[in-house]
Order: sequence, then C-alpha cells, then structure tokens
Amino acid sequence: MGMTITEKILAEHGGLKEVHPGMLINARVDIALGHDVTAPIAIGEFKKAGGHKVFDRNKVVLVADHFTPNKDIQSAQQVKIMRDFAKEHKISHYYEGGDAGVCHVLLPEQGIALPGDLIIGADSHTCTYGALGAFATGVGSSDLAAAMLTGELWFKVPETMKIVFHGKLNKWVSGKDLILYVIGQIGVDGATYQAMEFTGETLGELTMADRFTMANMVIEAGAKNGIFVPDETTKEYVQSRAEREYTFHESDANANYASVLEIDVSKIEPQIAFPPLPSNVRGLSKVGSIKIDQVIIGSCTNGRIEDLRLAAQLLKGKQVAPYVRLIIIPTTPDVYRIAMSEGLFDIFLDAKAIISPPTCGPCLGGHMGILADGERAVATTNRNFTGRMGHPGSEVYLANPAVAAASAILGRIAGPDELKGVHKI
Amino acid sequence: MKFKGKVWKFGDHVNTDLIIPARYINSSDPAFLAAHCMEDADPDFVKKIHPGDIIVAGENFGCGSSREHAPIALKAAGIAAVVASGFARIFYRSAFNMGLPIFESKTIYGLISEGDEIEVDGDAGVITISGRETGPIKIEPVPPFMQELVAAGGLLPYLVKKRAGG
Repeated sequence: MGMTITEKILAEHGGLKEVHPGMLINARVDIALGHDVTAPIAIGEFKKAGGHKVFDRNKVVLVADHFTPNKDIQSAQQVKIMRDFAKEHKISHYYEGGDAGVCHVLLPEQGIALPGDLIIGADSHTCTYGALGAFATGVGSSDLAAAMLTGELWFKVPETMKIVFHGKLNKWVSGKDLILYVIGQIGVDGATYQAMEFTGETLGELTMADRFTMANMVIEAGAKNGIFVPDETTKEYVQSRAEREYTFHESDANANYASVLEIDVSKIEPQIAFPPLPSNVRGLSKVGSIKIDQVIIGSCTNGRIEDLRLAAQLLKGKQVAPYVRLIIIPTTPDVYRIAMSEGLFDIFLDAKAIISPPTCGPCLGGHMGILADGERAVATTNRNFTGRMGHPGSEVYLANPAVAAASAILGRIAGPDELKGVHKI
Repeated sequence: MKFKGKVWKFGDHVNTDLIIPARYINSSDPAFLAAHCMEDADPDFVKKIHPGDIIVAGENFGCGSSREHAPIALKAAGIAAVVASGFARIFYRSAFNMGLPIFESKTIYGLISEGDEIEVDGDAGVITISGRETGPIKIEPVPPFMQELVAAGGLLPYLVKKRAGG
C-alpha cells in the first residue's frame, strides 16, 4: 500500500519505512514554535521538568505576536518570561518588536518553515505550514515543553481526507472561499483527528497566499493538519528564502484515503461564515442586508501582501462608510514595508482606514479593535465564536479580503461587484 | 481513579473562547484563569460550582485555540473531570498533559440532566448516574500510565518522576 504525503513525512521523521493511520509513533521535530500566550506556560513546564537546555537553539522559534505591542502589564510580563528564556538559551529565532510579525506569516516568509518539515507549534493555526508541503500541527504548551526538551514528540498517524477541486474559480473567489465552503460542507468537527489533503486541477491557479489561507483554517474543521503537495509555485516561493535543505514529497497513486470530497469550484461564490461557527457558511448572494460597525483585514489567515493589494484595489479613491472602522493589519514587517513602498498606505489612509502594526490583536479579541455589545464585524480572520472579538454580545462574520473591503465602503456585508467602477485585474 | 460529583451540562462545540475568553489569556495564573472559567457561556458558572463537580458536554468539546489555559482554568476552578460525546484533538492532549482527566461517551449526553450526580470510574471504565435506572454506562478505561500521568499533575511532572525512577 502506498502512503500519503502526510504519512511519508511522519514516517521519515519517525525513522520508519512505513506508517499507517492509527499507528503511534515518536518523531523528530524540525521546528517547535511558541508565542507570547503559549510559550510562558511551556517555559514554566520546561523548568518544572528540570530542563536546563533546549534540544536545539536553532529549532525552537519564539514569536511575540498575540498581545504585542504589549497591551498591558500582564501581557508585558508574559513576553518578559519569553524574552528572558530566549536570551538564556540563545534562541536564534526569537522575534519581538520591529522583527516580529504574526508567526504563521513570518515563519514561511523568513524561510524558517520549509517543505518536508515536521513542525509543531503551541498555536492551533500551526497547520498553516501545510501549504508548503510540511506536516504541521497545533499542540498545547505541555507538548511544546516536551518538544523543546527532547526534540521529539509522539503522534498518532492520522487518516487522510482528500479534497479534490475541479473547475475554474469565479470572480472574487479565493482560497478563503474554498476553505469556508469545505468547512460549511463537513462541519467544525468534520475532519477531527484527520489530515486534509488538498488536490485537483484548480490548485495550480492558487497562489501561495491562497494555499496558506486554506491550510490555516483546516483546524476549524477539527483537522490535525492540512497539506498541499508542493509544485512549481511552492518552489518559486521557497527557493529564495530557504537557508537549509528541504524535501518535496508527494502522495503515492495507491495511497489510502478515509474519504474523498470532490468540489466543483465553478459553483462557488464568495462565502461568508455567520456567527458563532466557521461552518455556518452562506454564499454572498444569500446574505441579505447586514449592517456592520467594523472591518478587520489581517491575521494569519488573510493578512499577506496579496490580501492588502486586493483591498487597496477596491479602496482606491473610495472612503470607508460613516461610523464604520476599517482596521488593516499588515502581518509582518516585510508585508508592512512592501505595502508602504507600493503606495497602499496612501490608498488606505485616503480611504480613512486605520493601519495597525503587525499583531494578532483583534482576531482573538486581544486588543487593537475590540467590539462593544451588539457590534458587528466583517473580518478576514478565522474564528467567529461568541465573544471572539470582544463583548459576548458582538458578532463576527468571516469573509475574504475583497468582500471585507467592499463591506467597509458600503457599511454592510457586500461584494465588490456592488461598488461602482471596479474591475478585477 | 474515581470521581463523584454534580453535573454541569453544556452542548456541542464548547470552544476554548467559551472555556476561557482570550481577553484573560494575557495571564497564565491558574487562579486568575479559574475566576473567568466558562464566563461567556454562564457568567455565574464559577460562583455556582463546587470542587469535584463534573462537566458533561456534547460533541467537539474544546475546539478552537490550542490555549492550554482552557484545561488549566477548568482544573483550577475545581472541575474534577469532563465527559463529552467527543473532544477536539488539541484539547484532548492538553487536558491529560495538564492533569485534567477527560472521558468520551456518546451515550451519557442524552441521558443526563444538569444537577444529576454521577460517578466516573476510570479504572473499570463505567459511569453511573445516581438515582437513575440507566445502569452503568461504558467508557474506555484510563490505562495505568495515563492514570500515573494525571496523578503526577500532568505530562512534565510525570516525565520528571519517571526520570527520577519514581
């Protein structure tokens, strides 16, 4: 029996010739990631275990991104724990301040996460790196502590669900809409414990940004990891960034899949996830008139330069609706610099948008755009649970960046086609 | 490994934002987290519960973020165990790793009411509902190594103990 790409990466890191779903393996970890929320607990556990040395100072990555720039004394204390640890252990990949960005955008951009890697992170959206053809999964802080100590972790080899995309994408439909559509089909626990492998002719059309968005949200279907087989697009993205060896794997033709989901993308329009679950998805034409108070364009899901360019294309020469706040969050210093040098900031400022420094900020209701009781936001983020962005009585609608920008201009959930004089390039 | 306690019942997809809202995870102090446990689902939850109480919930308990603050908050609030129809995978690992025992049962959810008293026997792998004629409900027993891990207080203390030869 052949193996899937997920099984191949796990086998290789477990020092095994072959693995099959359900097997428990102990595997070597290439990258162990923590951030300002989860690393302090992991560091505490690491110390409790009598840890004196991390397994490899080049393979532990610590990023301050959730409550940064530190919003209050408590969050400053948390970052201090992480900084002191990074100094003590001479962690090479420690990011804070002007180096730091949203970790799941930063790691691929800086060539830290690479194809063929086994990556664990104490953050549920660690699955993002699957877009590169890596096995990447979120764990808790205790698991991170164990990995920082030993460089290994135990895994149960997941079954794989294969999702095949056919057909041509409609206007304004992006990776965000494909993954929201899939979550809408299978539910928030539709892929629990499983790997989601994305394949099919449509994927060739997708940019790395689209793929990161899709792999990022597999956790919203409960999946352990999401994965793309690397191709020319991957190669082009990775080759100028990587500073170490990487491996392209692919699934065998006779690999075993728990299920196969075939999707004709030509039938998909932009998707909106209504509160309080990412699976509560409707096509844009079925949304109706929903007035909004805030729009967020950012996050590890959709805060890349491609997302900002799309927003700028729609916002150019237009203004955010009265009493609506549009907050744009370039997710890394590089994204910030490119946006600035391409003149996007002028467009955003002219449109009366707010430009935030790189941070996870409002996505998790941390800071930089919290909602009051009864307020509604359209966000390019990944979760719309009750109280996710602030008051338990507030609401979050998940959408792609084009819909988010158009909604900011019109003051209600709307598609770009409702704006006058807009043509997709 | 046995727990007897009063049941607090929640539905499907109890996510980590409900268990401990992100506005409180700028701290990792268990007592602080416990004070806000389940606050957005029931603002008085922490006032109503007693140490040793048990949560029974539906499918996909603990979905969402990887924050270990969630099992920490439940444990520090005095919740002895969680029984659910299903768990999200990161929460499943983290709960045991933090020393919070959890049990899967597809049948108990439909039989139980809030306020019932149940006994969870992790050794024998059965749950009984006091004063009900439902009979014992089968669950997967907790294997000895996992019981040791929970008794030690979680994964890392367990590793230390093992290393010391305890």
